[in-house]
Amino acid sequence: MKGPELLSKYTDTLKSRMGACIPGQRTVFRGHDLHAELMEMDWIELYVFGVTGRRFTADQVRLLHAIWVCTSYPDARIWNNRVAALAGSSRSTATLGISAALAVSEATIYGRGIDIRAIEFITSARTALENGAELGDCVKKELKRYRSIAGYGRPLASNDERIAPIMNLAHSLGLDIGPHVALAFAVNDYLLAGRWRLCMNYGALSAAICADLGFSTREYYLFGFPAFLAGIPPCCIESLENPEGTLFPLSCSHILYEGPPKRRW
Amino acid sequence: MDTVKQTEQIRTRIWLEEPEQDNPFATKVAYCHGYDVYGEMLGNARWVEMLFLLFRGEAPTSTQAELLETLAVALANPGPRDPSVHAAMCGGVGGSTAASCLMAALAVGAGQLSGGREVFLAMNVWYRCGSDLTAWQREFEGPPDAAPSIWPPSEHPPGFDPHGVSTASTVKQTLIQLAGICNGNNLAWLEENFAHLESAANCPLAMSGVAAAAFVDSGFTPEQGEMLYLLLRLPGAAAHALEQWQYGHKRFPFFTIELENDPAREMP
Repeated sequence: MKGPELLSKYTDTLKSRMGACIPGQRTVFRGHDLHAELMEMDWIELYVFGVTGRRFTADQVRLLHAIWVCTSYPDARIWNNRVAALAGSSRSTATLGISAALAVSEATIYGRGIDIRAIEFITSARTALENGAELGDCVKKELKRYRSIAGYGRPLASNDERIAPIMNLAHSLGLDIGPHVALAFAVNDYLLAGRWRLCMNYGALSAAICADLGFSTREYYLFGFPAFLAGIPPCCIESLENPEGTLFPLSCSHILYEGPPKRRW
Repeated sequence: MDTVKQTEQIRTRIWLEEPEQDNPFATKVAYCHGYDVYGEMLGNARWVEMLFLLFRGEAPTSTQAELLETLAVALANPGPRDPSVHAAMCGGVGGSTAASCLMAALAVGAGQLSGGREVFLAMNVWYRCGSDLTAWQREFEGPPDAAPSIWPPSEHPPGFDPHGVSTASTVKQTLIQLAGICNGNNLAWLEENFAHLESAANCPLAMSGVAAAAFVDSGFTPEQGEMLYLLLRLPGAAAHALEQWQYGHKRFPFFTIELENDPAREMP
């Protein structure tokens, strides 16, 4: 079936296994009564249940919390945060600024774009190793394809302060021994031993932990969506508290023009 | 220790501003790619000439401006059935902010089905295949790009309508009009050959495919074409969003949902 016949089949009514609100009565969330069955759920547990349809243990949820907590940076210089801060400074609404900041977090060199590549690399490398491939070949293949390895190296720094606290917690919970986490560190060792100056960053570790928890690539991508969220509102709040228009104001001399000379229209 | 406050700078090849004498933050003169915007362009330049200049760095020829203006009219309102306009109306009907309505239209209209990403992908095909019909056929026969991406995997040849039966009249009218503006280019070749391409793609040409050809003929990169396509489809989204607020939510469809796993129904 295709074309108008296919479209006609879908008009006006949505058949769903994800959920529905029956106003005044109840809400179904992935086959469960939200208010009767899921009310005791931690919010992140509910969020991850919404993404995966699976339940996670209390320790696993605690580690997922930590993955988000340790990357919540209320620094308005950071590009995505700066969007929300500029919204505040420009006296836009916080919701618009924060929404745009999260959308901007789907970037090529950080955030969601890296998340996808990082979990794809670590899971496909593991599969390749199980099938007899060499670690070095996996690394070189990825470097040849992308000239980088998602989760290794960092735009603004060479090391990553988030790795130790996450690993400390993961260790205390017994969740640091998964094969993807081990592989992430093996890749790090390989890169450090070679000529590449690429240290493992938060992106590789977070992807490896979630791969060990059974996340698919798409699930991990969606899990990461709010990862930076907690750090963003403070940036917006502070710029709202300051005089309007005072977040990184740019004078004409802040612009370095490198274009063609003046000419007549 | 260096106590001098270092001035950070934004580099640009597009825009030069000279300050007023009494305020380095106020603009006295602004130049776009060298042209005095408020002193010379204002009153003399058309909106599409400014658009072209911003992206390409040169003023368009009269043919290039006419092509972009005609395309802009064709794209201005995808209509309320279009998912991007539908999304904007979802904002408008509830009294959401103006920006959120446009953000909704952009988010939905960014995708690989009739959206900005489809234009990006289609333009890449144009730059790979040009007017080589065999290359187009090979392109459609090959597997889609499987590289990990934030974008979902492609489900149809970009620039073609997977749900279409035959080429929509509006698409044909747009193609004919655009191809008539400048001869000897991709649009003209598309006008002559779109039936062959549709046969290879196994679905009819879409408006996004015509837009992609027009952007390629205008010399835009796929990235620029994607941006312009997003931008040029916003006017209709804005107008329809405002209109739905006037109509009110009671006159806006809420649709029906059928739960396939309702726990209340599954209980014995």
